[in-house]
Amino acid sequence: MPSGIPFGNSKSRKLDMNFTLHVWRQANAKDQGHLETYVAHEISPDMSFLEMLDVVNERLIKDNKEPIAFDHDCREGICGTCSLVINGVAHGPEKATTTCQLHMRKFADGAEIFIEPWRAKAFPVIRDLVVDRSAFDRIIQAGGFVSVNTGGAPDGNALPIPKDNAETAMDAAACIGCGACAAACKNASAMLFVSAKVGHLANLPQGQPERLRRVLKMVEQHDKEGFGNCTNQYECEAVCPKEISVAFIAQLNRDYLKASLLGSGRD
Amino acid sequence: MKLDSKIPGGPLDKKWDSHRFNLKLVNPANKRKYHVLVVGTGLAGAAAAATMAELGYSVECFCYQDSPRRAHSIAAQGGINAAKNYQNDGDSAYRLFYDTLKGGEFRAREANVYRLAQISTAIIDQCVAQGVPFAREYGGQLDNRSFGGAQVSRTFYCRGQTGQQLLLGAYSALSRQIGLGKVKMHPRTEMVDLVVVDGKAAGIVVRDMVTGEVRSHSGHAVILATGGYSNVYFLSTNATGCNVTATYRAYKKGAAFANPCYTQIHPTCIPVSGDHQSKLTLMSESLRNDGRIWVPKKAGDSRHPSQIPDSDRDYYLERKYPSFGNLAPRDISSRAAKEACDEGRGVGPGGRGVYLDFADAIRRLGRNKIEEKYGNLFEMYERITGENGYEQPMRIYPALHYTMGGTWVDYNLMSTIPGLFVLGEANFSDHGANRLGASALMQGLADGYFVIPYTIGDYLATGKPARVAADHAEFKRSMDEFQTQTNRLLSIKGKKTAVEYHRELGKMMWDACGMARNEAGLKKLLQKIPDLRQEFWGNVNVPGGGAELNISLERAGRVADYLEFAELLCRDALTRAESCGGHFREEFQYTEGEEKGEAKPDHANFAHAAAWEYAGPDKEPILNKEPLTFEYVKPTVRSYK
Repeated sequence: MPSGIPFGNSKSRKLDMNFTLHVWRQANAKDQGHLETYVAHEISPDMSFLEMLDVVNERLIKDNKEPIAFDHDCREGICGTCSLVINGVAHGPEKATTTCQLHMRKFADGAEIFIEPWRAKAFPVIRDLVVDRSAFDRIIQAGGFVSVNTGGAPDGNALPIPKDNAETAMDAAACIGCGACAAACKNASAMLFVSAKVGHLANLPQGQPERLRRVLKMVEQHDKEGFGNCTNQYECEAVCPKEISVAFIAQLNRDYLKASLLGSGRD
Repeated sequence: MKLDSKIPGGPLDKKWDSHRFNLKLVNPANKRKYHVLVVGTGLAGAAAAATMAELGYSVECFCYQDSPRRAHSIAAQGGINAAKNYQNDGDSAYRLFYDTLKGGEFRAREANVYRLAQISTAIIDQCVAQGVPFAREYGGQLDNRSFGGAQVSRTFYCRGQTGQQLLLGAYSALSRQIGLGKVKMHPRTEMVDLVVVDGKAAGIVVRDMVTGEVRSHSGHAVILATGGYSNVYFLSTNATGCNVTATYRAYKKGAAFANPCYTQIHPTCIPVSGDHQSKLTLMSESLRNDGRIWVPKKAGDSRHPSQIPDSDRDYYLERKYPSFGNLAPRDISSRAAKEACDEGRGVGPGGRGVYLDFADAIRRLGRNKIEEKYGNLFEMYERITGENGYEQPMRIYPALHYTMGGTWVDYNLMSTIPGLFVLGEANFSDHGANRLGASALMQGLADGYFVIPYTIGDYLATGKPARVAADHAEFKRSMDEFQTQTNRLLSIKGKKTAVEYHRELGKMMWDACGMARNEAGLKKLLQKIPDLRQEFWGNVNVPGGGAELNISLERAGRVADYLEFAELLCRDALTRAESCGGHFREEFQYTEGEEKGEAKPDHANFAHAAAWEYAGPDKEPILNKEPLTFEYVKPTVRSYK
């Protein structure tokens, strides 16, 4: 570091890490796909995982090869676009962290890294590491809302909501819809995702009128999309970048049971 | 080009009401016969698409992301302003209007800003009804926090994820309409051109990003809610996919582009760590409520921050702006940070950073309270930098964040092309030269939920536009042009990647047209950009084909537009010979007295919106001016001392 620069952290700023990557390549939905090996040279520990892939891609393009397609957008852990199963773990080794927020300082220099797309029947591969998650949108379209049109809403303070309920609702609403829960589940169940939306609205007074109908419709759509059943393995909670609790699945199950017994909620 | 702002007459607080009454209505039974295209699904786009579908219009909606839930509104952290006056601290629609107009350095229309302030309260009500989990007090009432540029507490928030929750609210409303079959949604679809037939917006040409198919969609009206252009600087806090293509293509088809030089630098971002950096990360400026900003008093003081006693620290915002302190507006805080670093007092690697220190707040409120308020931001900071913000001060530095400029629109949010409406960050309308914190969410939702649903009806009912068939010759021409561009990009097979050109352009722009600008630098930049553009078209390498998911091709198309748009931005910055909000020209600052070093606006000569009109390839664009008149608040020197 040049002299005269005021205090900084003492981390190395050198581009001194190297990795061997085994990356899933698949030309399109019909292609069978295979793992291909690349070497990532001169990687800084301050790079995010996706910035490391950017470096690999830039070199591929310069060699006239097609870069690795992966989904990403905000790169700050909130849009839910990025995915990747890294060394067998959805979003990689760091707890409560999306792939875009995972940094190379968490890997040992020289490590071998396996990079695969989300695996679930309901998430077909589009290309390389990019999968189709539109099933999640259709689950929300089936009932993940309060049926209220724009206009004519009462004053925001007309409906007092206990702080604890608002906080619990917010815990669930923090879901970013990335799909890691389904990718990590041995049954490819997306029940954590469904329960996050169900739990968000079930803990608020606004969500009560459609509460039972909502849970039935969303679970029905979830099953129709080809996601599996939840068998309480909690792999989902372990990989969830927003630490959504499986307690919401328990709440969903209670609501689902009640709705089924009452036979309510269907059109 | 004639710029008719269509500002209604009458007293300020009655303009919107009387205008709404005067707007023509479309009969409920006729609404379904009108087909509206909405591009973009952020707050403005999703709110507009959902609301218009609820009203009965037939809506088609497009986004480049894999789901409408992912638009970059989702990343807004701090909150949304509304003049509810729940805190009983003297807030009102007039005060929010005043703060916003003053914060924008008197470069926005009074009527637009007042309408925004008026509508703000309905937005909160609407979002609560949708189930947005706003923060609450123990009594169950909505909680507020304060924000930069205001002395009242009017910001509503959902932890540090307000944008996410508001967007998911709008997305849920949109999803409901998609499920009901009222909105046809096209994700992973990028708009690549606007089609104008007989002077009216007739539809758009899009590229399916999965199959590469280029398609035409026609409608009775087109709404662009495609966000801002910060990514012309390569490094910004925008999502990597954000781009200027939609509004720039509309500009080339005749929609005037206003005030492109008004770009906002956000004061509280995480400093750059190296050349590999793909984007910058913002931390909500709500952090400035409790964090104190400082640098060492002496240049080159390399002691660990904990070893620097208070007497050797310069809390420069508190010193220079005692009444606003650490909550001084964004442009002022950003420039003050740059100044401190230019003086050699910056901290961290490279010396481009200042401290944001929570030690006092932790002593006063306890770590738990700070964790409850900002926990996710501290986590985010640690994940990126590897440093713990509770134990040592965070390092921050300004970064490109938001663009106030955008497509010129009238009071009805219609551009200079009839039938083309532009909402949210994509338009230029409400923030003037500088946007206050927590106002972007407010504007996006105001435009989408409460303005466009009324004003578009007037266009449809008055003009009775016919829907042009999607196989009209103009659509075909646009599709052919885009196909030609694609083939050209794929055939160059040069030596450099589109990302390299983007990074190069961004660096040039940041250096000469970033936080501070001057005539000589801008003139030089205006010569360099065409050279870079020419090099790009001769030496870019885009592997793969057009008829597949091709990430290099997507990037190259966007960079091609940035390389043209950057020139427009610089030209505007050069023409605006004053300092104003996000546009700081070094030649125009106070040289003496209490205001020394502050931006010096020229209200006599520059109280206008600069609306640029495309004149053809390689021709200088034409400058049209919309004069701004101030009946209620007289422009004054913006003092936050």
